[in-house]
Formats: sequence, structure tokens, C-alpha cells
Amino acid sequence: MRADPRALRFGAAITTMVLVLVLVTESPWLLAAQAVVFALGTAGRSPYTMLFKTLVKSAPKETEDARPPRFAQVVGLVFAGAGLIGFFTGITPLALVATAAALLAALLNAAFGFCLGCEMYLLIRRLLPAAKMEVPQ
Amino acid sequence: MTGLWVALGTLALGLVIGVVRLRRDGRMRETATDKPADVLTEGQIGAPLGERATLVQFSTAFCQPCRATRRILTEVAELVPGVAHVEIDAESRLDLVRQLDILRTPTVLVLDRSGKITKTASGQPRKADVLAALGTAVSQEPDEM
Repeated sequence: MRADPRALRFGAAITTMVLVLVLVTESPWLLAAQAVVFALGTAGRSPYTMLFKTLVKSAPKETEDARPPRFAQVVGLVFAGAGLIGFFTGITPLALVATAAALLAALLNAAFGFCLGCEMYLLIRRLLPAAKMEVPQ
Repeated sequence: MTGLWVALGTLALGLVIGVVRLRRDGRMRETATDKPADVLTEGQIGAPLGERATLVQFSTAFCQPCRATRRILTEVAELVPGVAHVEIDAESRLDLVRQLDILRTPTVLVLDRSGKITKTASGQPRKADVLAALGTAVSQEPDEM
């Protein structure tokens, strides 16, 4: 499964703008809408990249593996979920910090092409099996 | 109102992180000199060492710059005689990842002929930097004794 990197950058740019709006308006519903977009993105069906595909018809010069950006959408979904819990339970700091974390990742992707979610993958893998590894040794 | 400041703060932080990372990414760093350098064996990397030097690349499936890095290192290995390129799947070698304290992929280690790590780059390295690092790895060997 291949993805068009231009569409992914475009999607990250819209995500950045939406998350800025979420913070400015402190609107849980807008964050909920973004969470739905993240959820669709984990299945490779992000409305943002679909919008890009209807606007831009030319073929990309290079395609990339679709799995890393999908994993990053999962990370985005987790942060958006934490933000929603924050909003709906009235724990505003949690809502703002979680949304800010998702915004940071989206901004780094849109502006610099860095995929924070992708890079977290190895760190998570390093931490997770640690407990298992210690038992047999 | 707080949200506006959080948004502005996050945007500023993101720009700083991005610029710093752009500058640092893929730079070849000397291995710390205050502790003995790690030496990797053929058994550890699961492939024969290059006659003169070896480029060890740690990759993951979830890593876009790993492909570009692979391309660069393959080119370099073809260009410079006696240099081998070995790619290791970080996920299946978490023991090495922890031992060498590798935090990101791609991470590229430059080994001299004895398998000693002379330089490390995290992030996608530039071809010129790899060639320069190989120059040092190859020339350091004779006065090692």
C-alpha cells in the first residue's frame, strides 16, 4: 500500500489549522470532528488526503509506505481522545495539553516533513518488551 | 483565552524544534571518547564486516527516511571499495538497539575494519557526510596500535 506524500503533508497542514482552532475556540466538537478524521486516517481514508486527490490530479513523483503515516494517525487519535476526555470531564489542562501535543506533531509534519508519530514507534517498542525480556534472563 | 496562548506557544515550540532538527538531522557525530568505543562483531550484525569499513543502518518498517538512507548507503558502498552496507531491522534486534542506545531510525553507525564504531548519525545522513566519515574510519585504522 503506497501513499502520496504531498497528500499527507496537505492533510497535516489542515490538521494543524483545525487543532489551532480547537485550542483558540476550546471547542470539544471541533476536536471530536478531528478525532473522526484521525480515525478514518488510520484506515487510509482521511478526508483531507481525499480532498487533495480530488483537487490535484497529477501523479506524485514518489510514493511512500502507507503504514507509517497510518500509525501516526493512531497516535493523533490517542491524543485527540485524551483531549476529548479532558473537555468532557472538565479537566481543561488535559484537554489543552493533549490537543497541543497533537498540534505539535501535525505542525512538524506539515512544515518540516518530520513524522513524530513514526519516530515514536521504535521508542515504544523499546519500552514495551522490556518487562518480558527481563524474565528469561 | 488560555487556549490561544497554548496554541501560540505550541506553534513557536514546533518551529524551534523543527529548525533545530533540520540542522542536526543526519549529522555524523564522533563516538564519545571518554568511554571505550563499542565494537560490533559479524555475529552481532548478522553479516560480514567490510574489508575497510562497514555502514550499519538501523531501520524500521515505520520509517520513511530509512528508504532514502538505504539508497544513499548502497550507492556509497558501491562507490568505495571494501565498504559494506548492512541494514538491521531494529525491531528484531532490540537487544542491540538498547545496548547501543539507539532512539530513532534511521541510525547509521560507521565501523572501521575491526568493527569499532567511529561515527554515528541519527536521521538521514547526507552522502558527502557519509563519505567524509568513511575517510576517517579508514585512515584511523593504521595508527590504532
